[in-house]
Amino acid sequence: EDKEEDESEEEDNGSQQNRASRRKNYQRKNRDGKKAREEGSQKKDRGKTAPTKDQKESENKEKKTTKRGKEGEDKQKKDRKNSTSSASSNSSDEESLSEEELAMLKEQVEQKKKLISTMRNKPWRMVKKLSVLREAQDFVEKFEGALGKGKGKKLYAYKMMMAKKWVKFKRDFENFKTQCIPWEMKIKEVESHFGSSVASYFIFLRWMYGVNLVLFGLIFGLVIIPEILMGMPYGSLPRKTVPRAEQATAMDFSVLWDFEGYIKYSALFYGYYNNQRTIGWLKYRLPMAYFMVGISVFGYSLMVVIRSMARNANESTADGDDDNFIFSWKMFTSWDYLIGNPETADNKFASITTSFKESIVDEQESNKDENIHLRRFLRVLANVLIICCLCGSGYLIYFVVKRSQTFSKMQNVGWYERNEVEIVMSLLGMFCPPLFETIAALENYHPRIGLKWQLGRIFALFLGNLYTFLLALMDDVNEKLAEEDVVKNITHWTLLGHHNSSAGNDSTVTPPPLDPADVPRGPCWETTVGIEFVRLTVSDILVTYITILVGDFIRACFVRFVNYCWCWDLEAGFPSYAEFDISGNVLGLVFNQGMIWMGSFYAPGLVGINVLRLLTSMYFQCWAVMSSNVPHERVFKASKSNNFYMGLLLLILFLSLLPVAYTIMSLPPSFDCGPFSGKKRMYDVIQETIELDFPLFVAKIFSYVANPGLIIPAILLMVLTIYYLNAVSKAYQRANAELKKKMQMQREEEKNKRNNKASTNPMLQDLEDLLTPSAKTESPSKQAEDKKTESPDGTSPVRKPGRGEILHGSPMAGGRGAVLPPPSQVFVTQPRTLGFRAPYPGQPRPWGHPAGPVPGRGRGQPCY
Amino acid sequence: MGNKQTIFTQEQLDAYQDCTFFTRKEILRLFYRYRDLAPQLVPLDYTAKPAVTLPYELIGSMPELKDNPFRQRIAEVFSERGDGNMTLDDFLDMFSVLSEMAPRDLKAYYAFKIYDFNNDDYICKSDLEKTVNKLTRNELTPEEVSLVCEKVIYEADADNDGKLSLADFQHMIVRAPDFLRQYLLLI
Repeated sequence: EDKEEDESEEEDNGSQQNRASRRKNYQRKNRDGKKAREEGSQKKDRGKTAPTKDQKESENKEKKTTKRGKEGEDKQKKDRKNSTSSASSNSSDEESLSEEELAMLKEQVEQKKKLISTMRNKPWRMVKKLSVLREAQDFVEKFEGALGKGKGKKLYAYKMMMAKKWVKFKRDFENFKTQCIPWEMKIKEVESHFGSSVASYFIFLRWMYGVNLVLFGLIFGLVIIPEILMGMPYGSLPRKTVPRAEQATAMDFSVLWDFEGYIKYSALFYGYYNNQRTIGWLKYRLPMAYFMVGISVFGYSLMVVIRSMARNANESTADGDDDNFIFSWKMFTSWDYLIGNPETADNKFASITTSFKESIVDEQESNKDENIHLRRFLRVLANVLIICCLCGSGYLIYFVVKRSQTFSKMQNVGWYERNEVEIVMSLLGMFCPPLFETIAALENYHPRIGLKWQLGRIFALFLGNLYTFLLALMDDVNEKLAEEDVVKNITHWTLLGHHNSSAGNDSTVTPPPLDPADVPRGPCWETTVGIEFVRLTVSDILVTYITILVGDFIRACFVRFVNYCWCWDLEAGFPSYAEFDISGNVLGLVFNQGMIWMGSFYAPGLVGINVLRLLTSMYFQCWAVMSSNVPHERVFKASKSNNFYMGLLLLILFLSLLPVAYTIMSLPPSFDCGPFSGKKRMYDVIQETIELDFPLFVAKIFSYVANPGLIIPAILLMVLTIYYLNAVSKAYQRANAELKKKMQMQREEEKNKRNNKASTNPMLQDLEDLLTPSAKTESPSKQAEDKKTESPDGTSPVRKPGRGEILHGSPMAGGRGAVLPPPSQVFVTQPRTLGFRAPYPGQPRPWGHPAGPVPGRGRGQPCY
Repeated sequence: MGNKQTIFTQEQLDAYQDCTFFTRKEILRLFYRYRDLAPQLVPLDYTAKPAVTLPYELIGSMPELKDNPFRQRIAEVFSERGDGNMTLDDFLDMFSVLSEMAPRDLKAYYAFKIYDFNNDDYICKSDLEKTVNKLTRNELTPEEVSLVCEKVIYEADADNDGKLSLADFQHMIVRAPDFLRQYLLLI
């Protein structure tokens, strides 16, 4: 508000100068005169339109901000017309100034343009903006032509046109870009009904979809499509043929549903690929490509996750300063203006209320913590219970997997026995989280911390399940490996026998090859693992969708329609509508992604299934949320927890990298299926490629680089670098915290100082003000103010008693008076800094020139 | 751009695009939103700049605003005369400030005005109390409300005058992590 003050002061200064120091400087005087005229006209306007304060304020603001431009304009006009009304003008230097004038003009034009481009950022009324815009545009149009005349007007006009086109293009491109973001409108719709917390899940889902799309492109483009186009066709090799015994049922739906039969012997699984080094006329090195794609899936995922984590961290540290404004932020930023339906609004009201209550409780009870023993006991108890649950569920899965191995050896097993593992895991995933939540009620944690615990526990459950599943799978694999040795011999002897028998009959003709369906073959553990992962993924998808259908949609229908004829209020009472479970959904998504990462090496088609899943999930869940959910009671800050999710994702990624790396590095691949068959280890494919396809020296370099003597120091170096960087970042953090503390202390100190000042005797303060050397400067401003009060403003009769009270720093309640800056320092100090009687206290100089004498303007400058 | 429209002249549209954060399309869409509030009042031809004003009752019943506890304040702040009745210009202004493109400072300026219930250019304790009561639908006890207000003033009042000035408010609010996301209205 001191702006307004300045305004009035300067106006009065202007009039004073008119009276007293007329000859001082014509420029300034003119400007002031013009100002005054404007002011006057505006005053008239105000009188007419019964103005509101903010209108006036905005006008003042506007004047302040456009002052430069306007001044320039005014002055320019005056200079041009040579209509300096003042007596002390010497117009002889008009011509000599033209160069500088031109430069100035150019600057002004630039300023106007800047004004035009930032017009939308100004807090003015639209009418104001439009008129100022028109003015500025007129000015630019009028003068930029004249400016350009000196040095090629056409070029200038062309430049202008191009600039305009460029702006337009940028605008269109911006529009296009927002249109290109998939599901933006859908997510916005969800966001506008459910607030930003639910939308964060969908944004995460979309991000995941993008990552999976890239993985899908990698795998399909570099592995599956080349194999289909250029590889040997189906039926040409034993590994690409359904065995004779299975052929009868290979097309049955029940078999296909289990991913056996024709699906098992398709390009979707590891076993289908041939170990031929190059395929097709392109000499495409498929085994090599398979290996590299398998590696780069992990590489790309790691890179993307870490990059996005780093970006999130950057953003979240940018807005640090957390605990300073708890209540203020709650008060002013808790309402999400996007909320557009009454239910969401109700929930938001409730959550704001509870969060206020929470903070109040925190505030009141931050120090005392009664009955700490009971609480501790309860927390320990809850943790014991949950660990029991986790162990139990882990054992249950292990048991079931073991059992399924015995089932798989038996012949006549029912549907339940075959799908027992999936069913048990899905049931655990369904019932354990609510159980955990119930147990967590014992702990009586702060809900935010409680939520983190809950997330960690569910994550541990999923992880435990996953790992028990993996261990059981490993047992399976080892069994298969043992079996393989036996089969290998049988196959060998069968082939040899066939060869011998045909060779014995007729030695000249090559023997008719054994039909590929008849060749006895190994168990191919890689495909088994791949099938296991695909099955788990599919069953997970089904369970998720069925849960949504039953738990959300049918429940919502029931609550909605049976409510008309029920004993109690179903909507408000027991079943009510389902909430959108953000944490559960996100964890499900993360967990599922871990399965995809692990499985994609053995089942390249898995990523395709996942892409479909995410795509349908987007539409299905959007629909389910909009149709049958109510928002989560516990509001989840999207910006903060996003990195938490990413951290979980990173952990899962790392954990799923381990088993894959283990199998690649230390298990022998199957002898008769997959791109690496016949090799001792899968990574041998790299050595082979280097030896056969690269010049000798590359192989040599590679062998040097792969030397443990080089790798170990490299790892050591990396560890040391990490240690060093970590130490540096810690030091920065400490310095940061220190600075923050210092700032806080300074703030407190400042507050205290002011407090003291405000509470000291007002008389004393008056005295102090009088004794300061700037006391002289106060009188003109005081005068000015008085004048302003008397001026026919028509709006501020309240200000009369102003001065004395202002000096005491007492706030003036209500009306115009409170617009004044209460602490007297503003008045006293501002002129002091600028020197005696600066007509524009606290104003930037026109055109932002440095304070030094500016040629062409210096003549009329006041002597500071 | 192909389709012809006769609501605005090209100059008007360009000017609006320069003064708001909207594209031509969005301005037209906003115009139709505005018109849909009262089709009998708003003409389909704005080239002559008719002085049409929609009453607050219509503005406040928009789905974007009708659940907002501060809808009346929003309408008042953005209306020309401070009574909540809006012209098309005010309407565009409101959506422009509350759009995604608007910078922090602009949003903070208007947010301050929204919470300044008594228009005295300071957020004083009575303003804060009103805000809390609107946010919680009077669920808190008076003691709790006053505690909250005191805490807010304690936290955000840098110059210790017992109320929040625009500078205090901006200093506090631009640091809020969700500030830009919260003050949004989408069309």
